[in-house]
Amino acid sequence: MGAGHAHKLYRHGHSPVHALPPHTKLAAVFAFVVVVVSTPREAMWAFGLYAVLLALVAYAARVPAGFLLKRLLIEVPFVAFAVLMPFVAEGERVEVLGMSLSVSGLWGAWNVLAKGTLGVAASVLLASTTELRELLLGLQRLKLPPLLVQIASFMIRYGDVITDEMRRMRIARESRGFEASGVRHWSVLAKTAGALFIRSYERGERVHLAMVSRGYAGSMPVIDEVTASRAQWSYALALPGTALVVCLLGWSL
Amino acid sequence: MHVPDGFIDAPTSVATGVVAAAAVAASLRGARRELDERTAPLAGLVAAFIFAVQMLNFPVAAGTSGHLLGGALAAILVGPYTGVLCVSVVLLMQGILFADGGLTALGVNITCMGIVTVVVAYALFRGLVKVLPRTRRSVTAASFVAALVSVPASALAFTALYAVGGTTDVSIGKVATAMVGVHILIGIGEAAITALTVGAVIAVRPDLVHGARDLRQRLKLLVNGELVDAPADEPTAAPVAARSPRKVWAAGLVASLVLAGFVSFYASASPDGLEKVAADNGIDKKVEEHAAADSPLADYGVKDITDARLSGGLAGVIGVGVTMVAGTGVFWAVRRRRTAEGADASDVSPASTSA
Repeated sequence: MGAGHAHKLYRHGHSPVHALPPHTKLAAVFAFVVVVVSTPREAMWAFGLYAVLLALVAYAARVPAGFLLKRLLIEVPFVAFAVLMPFVAEGERVEVLGMSLSVSGLWGAWNVLAKGTLGVAASVLLASTTELRELLLGLQRLKLPPLLVQIASFMIRYGDVITDEMRRMRIARESRGFEASGVRHWSVLAKTAGALFIRSYERGERVHLAMVSRGYAGSMPVIDEVTASRAQWSYALALPGTALVVCLLGWSL
Repeated sequence: MHVPDGFIDAPTSVATGVVAAAAVAASLRGARRELDERTAPLAGLVAAFIFAVQMLNFPVAAGTSGHLLGGALAAILVGPYTGVLCVSVVLLMQGILFADGGLTALGVNITCMGIVTVVVAYALFRGLVKVLPRTRRSVTAASFVAALVSVPASALAFTALYAVGGTTDVSIGKVATAMVGVHILIGIGEAAITALTVGAVIAVRPDLVHGARDLRQRLKLLVNGELVDAPADEPTAAPVAARSPRKVWAAGLVASLVLAGFVSFYASASPDGLEKVAADNGIDKKVEEHAAADSPLADYGVKDITDARLSGGLAGVIGVGVTMVAGTGVFWAVRRRRTAEGADASDVSPASTSA
């Protein structure tokens, strides 16, 4: 709880993108990703245009390119998978640099890489311009069930606490000379996980008692209602709107 | 690994999204039954626990390490509804915050990793706990099997979705073999860790393990220097006599399922010596096809599944199931007739004495 209230992925700033109400941003990102996914993969230029659109948003949000690219590293494991695709897919084959590659596999790899990368970039932009609490408020505003939002908010609030608890357990293990090096040490680590579960569960019970003693009766009070003006909505939806135009062009051309 | 955007086409993503939303809605209702108004803080904390425990690395060998996926663990520790909720919330937050798994693929991710894993693990776990003797060790064993099966089951669910809406035409057989093969290995690790973790929690706080609620020790009172059962306010446990056949039955079932489902993968293609000899010597030329030759399970394979090993294994499992049901039915009918005759012979039935 002593930690800062911003998560590590958030970049503080005062750009127009930061200032947008969270639910408009969530809706915009979601609509954008849906449009990207439904674009035909043969329209390569469309994906280039999408990337330009995201770059414009990043510029408006003053998110540096290096930060964005570093966060894109999360998709490395499935890039490896995409690279494998041309080798295992069926269908007619072409010779590239002396290797026999499947045409449909190449298209598939391109499809996953392009769409996946754009999706990750859009999510990264959202997370780096929206604070956690705002994000949860936005989800609530978008009519996610309140109980689900509460669970998510507890998970976010206590995620760091539980992770820190796990870190302290690791330090305690290591300061006693323990070093996990193989399957033989699994039982020790599993006992750590068990202890962590018990501590988390008991903390949950304490949190619940504390909430009850402050008058909790099953629903959280809403103290700050987020609202968005028509101008803000149209500003946020400019991104998926432009993307939709590109997508329609991609289908018709 | 989380499914990214663009891996599954849009209609399938929408359909799985609807499935996932329905399942989450059902779980919200069910979790209220499991946890009543404590749902929000407790499920939230358990979700945080799963999120954290996915970062706990288990070294395998030579510098590689794995981590827990947590679906089976959540189902056993806090119950299926809360388990689905926790895993779904973790996936949602990973998608929005860490861009891990695409937003449009959220439905696919929740369906495969949340719903299928939790439901398969919990169903199997409950079934095993019912048939195994009521000890802590059997809870641990049941969680091992549940976690072991849940991971390849999730891989199979993904393969099925891929068959419906995959964006590349990699042959389904290849995807299935690769996915299930890799995930059986992952499943073994997951199973060991889950069983050990459940065992560790049971040793300290058995009351916290949702799947082991029936194991709770009866309260004992010390009356005049003797331990006496405290007056129960719930019906007593199953009779002791039922234990030993149950154990044998369960062991036999598990062994035959393992043999039929997995070991048959490695069995010889011409296992029957007689058939082999007949074929070698041309005896079988006149053999007529069996009347059941075009039944769905003919020649120990499931129709429409081309992969010979998978098909053989499936047929084996189905066969064991059918045999078991039929055998148990016969046995049960015989025993009932016998007890009916016994009750006629002696006027005093056990039920009337105890009442």
